[in-house]
Amino acid sequence: MKTSGRSASAAVMKTRPKKLSWRKDWSRNKWKYLMILPVLVWLILFCYKPMYGLVIAFKDYKITRGIEGSSWSHPWYKWFQSFFEDPYFGRVVGNTFILSGLTILFSFPAPIILALMINEVRNSHFKKVVQTITYLPYFISLVVMCALIKTFCMQNGLFNQIGMLFGGSEKNYLAEPQYFRSIYVLSDIWQGIGWNSIIYLAALTGIDMELYEAARVDGANRWQQMVHITFPGLLPTVMILFILRMGNILNVGYEKILLLYNPNIYQVSDVISTYTYRLSFAPSGNQPMYSKSTAIGLFNTAVNVVFLLATNAISRKTTESGLF
Amino acid sequence: MKQKNVVRHKVKESAGDRAFGIVITMILIILCILCLYPIWYVFCASFTNNTYLVSHPGFLLIPHGFTLGAYKLAFTHPLLLSGYRNTLFILLVSLPLNLILTIFCGYFMSCRGMKLKKPIVALLLFTMFVNAGMIPNYLNIRSLGLYNSLWSLILSGSLSIYNSIICRTAIDAVPDSLSEAAYIDGASDPVILFRIIIPLIKPTLAVLALYYGVQHWNAWFLASIYLKDNEKLPIQNIMRAILIANSNVLNSAAAENDQVNQFAEAIKYSTIVLTTVPVMCIYPFIQKYFVKGVMIGAVKG
Repeated sequence: MKTSGRSASAAVMKTRPKKLSWRKDWSRNKWKYLMILPVLVWLILFCYKPMYGLVIAFKDYKITRGIEGSSWSHPWYKWFQSFFEDPYFGRVVGNTFILSGLTILFSFPAPIILALMINEVRNSHFKKVVQTITYLPYFISLVVMCALIKTFCMQNGLFNQIGMLFGGSEKNYLAEPQYFRSIYVLSDIWQGIGWNSIIYLAALTGIDMELYEAARVDGANRWQQMVHITFPGLLPTVMILFILRMGNILNVGYEKILLLYNPNIYQVSDVISTYTYRLSFAPSGNQPMYSKSTAIGLFNTAVNVVFLLATNAISRKTTESGLF
Repeated sequence: MKQKNVVRHKVKESAGDRAFGIVITMILIILCILCLYPIWYVFCASFTNNTYLVSHPGFLLIPHGFTLGAYKLAFTHPLLLSGYRNTLFILLVSLPLNLILTIFCGYFMSCRGMKLKKPIVALLLFTMFVNAGMIPNYLNIRSLGLYNSLWSLILSGSLSIYNSIICRTAIDAVPDSLSEAAYIDGASDPVILFRIIIPLIKPTLAVLALYYGVQHWNAWFLASIYLKDNEKLPIQNIMRAILIANSNVLNSAAAENDQVNQFAEAIKYSTIVLTTVPVMCIYPFIQKYFVKGVMIGAVKG
């Protein structure tokens, strides 16, 4: 048995030589290479060429002199030091972690719960209606959603009317720091809950129906079935998505924050990306600080990569699955 | 068979289970109302006259004092028209480019036996985790001479590696025997790709087209830093000027127009309707592909 196996693999080795000459590789695969060529050109022009621009994090970049002509900053870590000693350093890093943590805590589980609930619906028409309606907010653009939030948060707007029903006083919710985080997280849930539940609903289709029947025979009620069959069935998918989310720890939705925030609530809403944006594109009286922005961006990417590698390592150890 | 089960199940259902079902139905109905109401609010507000909106900005259940004035104004506004034109141009040029590059990229990743496959795939995947960032990308656009041109948006967004991976997973699901048979019959890669694989992965391509389309339709950030002239801005940036920034972009263009003041509040909502409706109209047609299309790719990871 063993020998025949070995000889079979040896035969395979003979018929399919390990080394393919470059000429043969080209003649066999030229169309594949020609197809990937435009992709590579795009990749170099729009992904790798900008990476060369990262050197300005170590230079005193002047737009008139260009990347090459600008002199090296002294010391080389000047802009990083300037960020770490920035009075806003604690604020933006803290806010980034807090907003990111809150979305992981609340927006991440929301679609899982929705999927579990949709799965409990017996009427297939109602199920379809619920799915269609909850997907809808995903298609509303950020600009429009933020405009709606602003309208509803206005003095005498919708939220105020609701708040006053419960004895609140009239105020502009977006002008007061204590409400921003809730607004950010709730709008995040609103926009993503249906759309993000799709992947869990797909995973649910893979659960063996016999498990439910067996549980029913054993006298399990619907709640027990949900907790002991449906949820464990979802767990692998949940874990994969959780690891992916953890690798994006510093990527908060800065486009939304840019649309929503105002100087009154910078103390809770200013994050790393919005700060770098302001340094470069909306400088208050100063020159745009491209070098410092780039240094901060590099710091951001570095932290993200560290988190990605760490969660990947943990996941490989605990669940034996990882991205690489 | 299935129906029988349901019937039997209904008979056996205990009071507790029925209560559980009712509670869940209630929660879902409330969730649906929460998802729909803002959309309904905008729809009603767009038909409501201005004075009512200014004095009653809160709860709105039906259009009040039905008027089409805001729509008339929105349709004649020069910046909104140019915004639509720019966004349509971006969409029409981008979508074919997106799809063809995504298909090429996905096909390459799903094929085996190329000597350079590993390094090329590594180059592709690396960019998913490491990005040059806002400023280097911006300087790159300037150095390529694309600043203040719509091509900066089209070209910088012409491929998403993540979508290519979804595409690759769909191609992987096509049985090898099909392309092998075609190969033996003398078909080259383009023939295999366009005649066999693409027709079989249409559901995935439909969903990917929706992804790219929604992304282009809703994008505003890059346009706000890559473009300078108001006439070149896509629709979302014009919306931002009208809705968020209360910017003078609009006022300067139509300040002398009395009508603008008359519909100042309602025009916001009519423009929202006009920019949101196109996406909402397309989505139900593609929704049926969601299960077949993305999930396979997404679930297999």
